[in-house]
Amino acid sequence: MRRVYLDNAATTPLLPEVREAMMPFLGEVFGNPSSLHSWGDPAREAVETARVQVAGLIGAQVEEIIFTGSGTESNNFAIKGLAMANQKKGNHIIISAVEHFSVLHSARTLEKLGFQVSEVPVDKYGTVDPDDVRRRIRKDTILVSVMHANGEIGTIEPIKEIAKITKEMNIPLHTDAVATAGTIPVNVKELGVDALSLAGNQFYGPKGVGALWVRRGVRIMPLLDGGIQEGGKRAGTENVPAIVGLGKAAELATANMDARIKLLTALRDRLITQLPAKIDHVVITGHPQKRLPGHASFCIEFIEGESMLMWLNMQGVAVSSGSACTSRALKASHVLIASGLSHELAQGSLLFTFGIDSTVEDVDYILEVLPPIVTRLRQMSPLYAKFEKAGKGVR
Amino acid sequence: MPVYSQKVMDHFMNPRNVGEIENPDGIGEEGNPVCGDMMTFYIKVKDNRLEDVKFQTFGCGAAIAVSSMVSEMAKGRTLEEALKITPQSVANELEGLPKNKFHCSNLGAQALHKAIEDYLEKQKKGVQA
Ligand code: FES
Repeated sequence: MRRVYLDNAATTPLLPEVREAMMPFLGEVFGNPSSLHSWGDPAREAVETARVQVAGLIGAQVEEIIFTGSGTESNNFAIKGLAMANQKKGNHIIISAVEHFSVLHSARTLEKLGFQVSEVPVDKYGTVDPDDVRRRIRKDTILVSVMHANGEIGTIEPIKEIAKITKEMNIPLHTDAVATAGTIPVNVKELGVDALSLAGNQFYGPKGVGALWVRRGVRIMPLLDGGIQEGGKRAGTENVPAIVGLGKAAELATANMDARIKLLTALRDRLITQLPAKIDHVVITGHPQKRLPGHASFCIEFIEGESMLMWLNMQGVAVSSGSACTSRALKASHVLIASGLSHELAQGSLLFTFGIDSTVEDVDYILEVLPPIVTRLRQMSPLYAKFEKAGKGVR
Repeated sequence: MPVYSQKVMDHFMNPRNVGEIENPDGIGEEGNPVCGDMMTFYIKVKDNRLEDVKFQTFGCGAAIAVSSMVSEMAKGRTLEEALKITPQSVANELEGLPKNKFHCSNLGAQALHKAIEDYLEKQKKGVQA
């Protein structure tokens, strides 16, 4: 059976070159980077090389890169660490309604500790209006965090415009760039942000490693206390092989970005234009143009995501869904609901995320196998039956 | 993908008794308050027995399997027997459901019971009139 992996937003595969680069550090080069002997030296050098590579990916100063254990850790670190370090100036933070749970739930935790959190709404494309950020800024606002792009609907947020406002007001701006760093050009100076999160498994690096970039001069409180690794900002013996892999993946992403974007955009556009031609009552979620290159997301009306996922899986296709039934908490994706979709429509969410191994044949395979699945499930859907009788959709 | 039993997969892939009954004797519709899904059961009753049972489901794989199983368990039974079908008995017949999918089996049993109640209600009114 054909196997088609279109869930690169969950994780990308590891590139062979990246694995090669990591191998020595899973073997003979096992030293602790903090050790002052010839076992420690090559490990330390490798970590510092990776730091240069990651800094290069986002146009940052090398010493501003802090390695972490994941994108989630980077976001926790940014939200909690920046808020805590600036507590004397105020206790109000602003986030968008479509942030990843690692930002959203970090903000919830801060709320329990006495901070106040304002959520900026989004429009039907999931886009934040910079003026909505401006309107929520108060005297005691100490942090704004808006993601660079949304991994569920692909929408790219107007970070530059938001940065103009936060800079004017002298408030630190963090952006969760997990979905963009290594995928589209990300330059911290051009964006104008003060802190930025990224993760290795989003651009063909290993899982369990990420980085937080914090502009020099911006104060942040460590989450992990201990030794003086990462400039004292993130204690704990470094995961050397993963960091080396992240560095190598960053280097390859920098070198191949244009070619990758071209490939992914073509595949995305093929699916986005052709799927609605094959299946009635399909809604594209996220922004039609300002979206991630390999990201095609839809809601298929009258049916539910998990049952589509199960059928697709049996046909060898891996995708994901933001439906309530597919989430462990049995809640519809907050991103879809914040974008104004009804719960019923959100149930039909399907998300295809292409990777550099994807092909035109993969898209055509989807166009071949998905329509019969949809027909089959609609035939047993009470909503579809009602629609057929009444002649109107669930929107 | 949740780990579903062979039985669940079988009913998911080949659901029995899908569809609508024309002029049914009872209809039961149940929404899932947890995730917003929906099941509708249609019944045909003859001599106090469920002569025919059909369903429509908007929901996850477990929900589809549950409704199919409920329809199979109910068909041919007396109303009293059918009212004894519980979420637990459905889950048992399906060789178990993942913990976070157990609520989908409530949906099936309740929709069927509602269809039977709808029938009984109509009977009462019919007798009175
Ligand atoms: S119907 Fe939603 S989880 Fe089963």
